[in-house]
Amino acid sequence: MKILVCVSKTPDTTTKIAFNASNTELDGNGVQYIMNPYDEWYALVRALELKEALGGTVTLINVGPADNDQVIRKGLAIGADDAVRIDMNPPSALNVAFQIAEHARAESYDLILLGKETIDYNGSEIGAMVAEYLDLPFVSYATKLDTSDGKTATIQRDIEGGVEEVEVDTPFVLSAAKGLAEQRIPNMKGIMMAKSKALKVLAPAAFEDKAVTVQYTLPPAKSAVKMIAPENMEELVKLLHEEAKVI
Amino acid sequence: MVLVFAESQKGNFKKTAFEAVTYGYKTAQVLGTECVALALGTAHNAADLGLYGASKVLHVADAALDQFDSQVYAKVIAEASQQVGANVIVLSHTSTGKSIHGRLAARLSAGSVAGVNSIPTADGGFKVKKGVFSGKAIAEYEIKSEVKVLSVMGNSLQPAVVGSAAAVETLSIAVPASRVKVKSVSRIEGIVPLPEAELVVSAGRGMKGPENWGIVEDLANVLGATTACSRPVADVHWRPHHEHVGQTGIAIRPNLYIAIGISGAIQHLAGVNNSKTIVVINKDPEAPFFKAADYGVVGDLFEVVPKLTEAFKKFKAAE
Repeated sequence: MKILVCVSKTPDTTTKIAFNASNTELDGNGVQYIMNPYDEWYALVRALELKEALGGTVTLINVGPADNDQVIRKGLAIGADDAVRIDMNPPSALNVAFQIAEHARAESYDLILLGKETIDYNGSEIGAMVAEYLDLPFVSYATKLDTSDGKTATIQRDIEGGVEEVEVDTPFVLSAAKGLAEQRIPNMKGIMMAKSKALKVLAPAAFEDKAVTVQYTLPPAKSAVKMIAPENMEELVKLLHEEAKVI
Repeated sequence: MVLVFAESQKGNFKKTAFEAVTYGYKTAQVLGTECVALALGTAHNAADLGLYGASKVLHVADAALDQFDSQVYAKVIAEASQQVGANVIVLSHTSTGKSIHGRLAARLSAGSVAGVNSIPTADGGFKVKKGVFSGKAIAEYEIKSEVKVLSVMGNSLQPAVVGSAAAVETLSIAVPASRVKVKSVSRIEGIVPLPEAELVVSAGRGMKGPENWGIVEDLANVLGATTACSRPVADVHWRPHHEHVGQTGIAIRPNLYIAIGISGAIQHLAGVNNSKTIVVINKDPEAPFFKAADYGVVGDLFEVVPKLTEAFKKFKAAE
């Protein structure tokens, strides 16, 4: 199977968040970046498992500046064959999806995989956008993906309060949720091999952004926790009713 | 005009749809226009959408729409929006809504913001906000395209009754064949799914073992709450995977989140810190969760939780 895995770079959840003086951009100083876990742990690893079972190739794609190469190299160290980076600082999700679709259209992948969302913006938009640009089926929130011939796949996906099982023929786009695969840690051999794998840098196609971030603000400070004595649960119930008004 | 895609389950419109219509109604007021709801497939109580501000309901009744496929839905919603000349399309930020949202944006060359949590403003450009970076910041976006697509974060506003039952008009749109075959759908019956739950009782490793969950379930039953758990507990199969809330599990934003024996790792907080009120019960006064809590109880959960259940029982009886 010829598989494309879209990977994104995100600030680690535990990192401190600060913005530039005009509050228009994230201040990257001191921010620890990682590969988006849904892309890495589930989408990429399931792609590698399919390649191991059925043969083929796994290509990574990232839309971002040169700093992102570190994250892309990690994906190559985990086992992807090669990578493409579209060299830009994308201002919108639609732009990212457009760039991915422009690349994918020419390559005719059997399968395009990505995480169900990034852990920074949680928009969950890119997969659906890429699928629409390429006129392909899109299966979201997949927790299980099986195919014995690389042509027809059976997928389990999370839906509101339950699970759905679907069948779809390749090519299609799939977003990965927890359960699709298990995280793989790159080994020394993988890290060494990654250095010589191809990472192609391409110029972006022209695209007019339609939605852009204008400003970031910090949420209002949380008021201090009110401690209640463990023997006084009537007091807690009273506060939840009268003060918080949630019951 | 603002067009709201109202999600239903087996033809029943519930809170998720009412929230989206309320959001669409308030957005229409900002823009000085009307709000129209769109129902796809079987629809039993579509007229109820009028209560929340839909001036009418457009209904594409084709039974093929009872099976969900994002490609088919996006085509039908895009077609409907073009027929009625909608400038803003509102969806729910649910697994269904999220699967359609990006498609609509790409199909209609529309600017989009996914997971908005406040009503847009229209002075000097169309602007709207959402929470980002695990709740550590709020981002404001400007959408410049003529057509705009928004998905509304669950529980970010309360459905408000502002009108009366709406007229339901049949809209005729050819439904394309789906390329995704739905083989089976299984839903857990009888409980409010976590993303929609207003009250959630959640427990973690402090419970010491799956056999001790009775006190958590008793508390949830008294409250009418949905039960949840932390990741370590789901990973060792003390509780089912679908109960796992947090960054890699389900993100929730109930009115009340009671965390029992959960230390509050940042990955857990990322999925629950949008809850309106957080109660933390933990024997360790240094547990990081207390910093994110509104109310805290330091104590042995095996004593505190039954006491809290009793206190809720008394409160319910007195009501």
